[in-house]
Amino acid sequence: MRSPVATAIAIGVGLIVLLSYLFPLPVLASIRMLFLDWAIILAAVAGLVAILNLFSVHWRKIGSPRERDYYSLFFILGFIFTAILGLLLGPTDERIRPLITSVQLPVEASLVGLLTITFVVSAVRLFALHRSWISGLFLASTIVFLLVGSGIFLTNDTSPVIKEVLTILNILPGAGARGILLGIALGSLLTGLRILLGMDRPYSE
Amino acid sequence: MSTILPIVAFVIILVCAGLLFFLTLPPKRRPRWGLRPITAFSELIRSLGLSVEEGTRLHLTLGHTGITQPTSASALIGLQALERITAVSSISDRPPLATSGEGSLTLLSQSTQRAAYRLNNALDLYDPQRGRLTGVTPLSYAAGMLPIAHDENVSVHLMIGHYGPEIGLLCEAAVRNNAFTLAASDSLSAQAVLFATTKQPLIGEELFAIPAYLQTSPAHVASLRVQDLLRWGVILALVLSAVLGVFGWL
Repeated sequence: MRSPVATAIAIGVGLIVLLSYLFPLPVLASIRMLFLDWAIILAAVAGLVAILNLFSVHWRKIGSPRERDYYSLFFILGFIFTAILGLLLGPTDERIRPLITSVQLPVEASLVGLLTITFVVSAVRLFALHRSWISGLFLASTIVFLLVGSGIFLTNDTSPVIKEVLTILNILPGAGARGILLGIALGSLLTGLRILLGMDRPYSE
Repeated sequence: MSTILPIVAFVIILVCAGLLFFLTLPPKRRPRWGLRPITAFSELIRSLGLSVEEGTRLHLTLGHTGITQPTSASALIGLQALERITAVSSISDRPPLATSGEGSLTLLSQSTQRAAYRLNNALDLYDPQRGRLTGVTPLSYAAGMLPIAHDENVSVHLMIGHYGPEIGLLCEAAVRNNAFTLAASDSLSAQAVLFATTKQPLIGEELFAIPAYLQTSPAHVASLRVQDLLRWGVILALVLSAVLGVFGWL
């Protein structure tokens, strides 16, 4: 059986947090704040552990004969350089921030550029991936709502009837999105309930 | 918040919990419900088998949401899928690899894989480096996955979690390497991108059907049933409020 102690802690903490959201009594609210503080600290420690894990993955990649990756060397050097500077001068130091952002921002901007090209290629390849009428509908609705949302049809000469039609058309994407989000919300509710009832235990070995 | 709303919410949660328990019980008098066929899942199960046979790797990416965030439900579904997939392919030459963009999620993915190995009595084969953090910002997370798609002989990519449009970079890399992709996200922008870039996208709440289709436990099938009942409840409430609104009674 999976760890009963971890399960009991998860169920107990989950129930207290849920009840404090629904019934904001001062006692429950203070306990919730305490739990949330602990969760934030634990998440920060988890982040640190995961970053060390990332370091060890790249360290192993340099030495691995099967999956050797020399780009990992750049990661290791960059990591050590940034970590030492950050520890010595502090992460908010005025000399460090521009040094890091002048590398990070151009790299991320180039990735966004690459992403734009990827989207164009994907739009062209859409019918090869999904040979169905849904692909056509997807593409047509994307174009229609892009044009309608941009407001190019709204001028001073636009007749009131067309304005009404455009207003109705503008409501449709929001309505569709709400439909999808309602489904997601119901699924999230049930997923949370399964954790609260101990049916799913991703935290316990 | 008015005083009636928390009570209504509490009652809904209690009713859902009761239904979940009831429908999880083995069916004696109730008819056994089947799941409607979804092509994405039959393709996934076929690809999983092929991946194990060919000795190629399966990559599951869990997104970059924190476990304390409201969007963590999709990551939890990803973790359930990871457990099942690790259990069925742990003895493969190249066991599954899980990536994420948030620390606590990385640790949970390692813990989930470890649990699957332990249940298979193969704990000595477990490697914690198969649960990886690839980056802590959305773009660095996506960029960190690209070498995995190109260099680690991956034939199946599963994307189950919370992403932004940057997930398109991984999808493109997967298409270039002729890998099978199944993707599901709770984010609307990611769903739009995934529809256009992956072979088998799951739209909307289909995300939450993944554990049931991977046959993890009866609770997941029961959860789907409760979700269906709740959906009907929401539809009725919407129609009723619209009718009442039209007649001016609301």
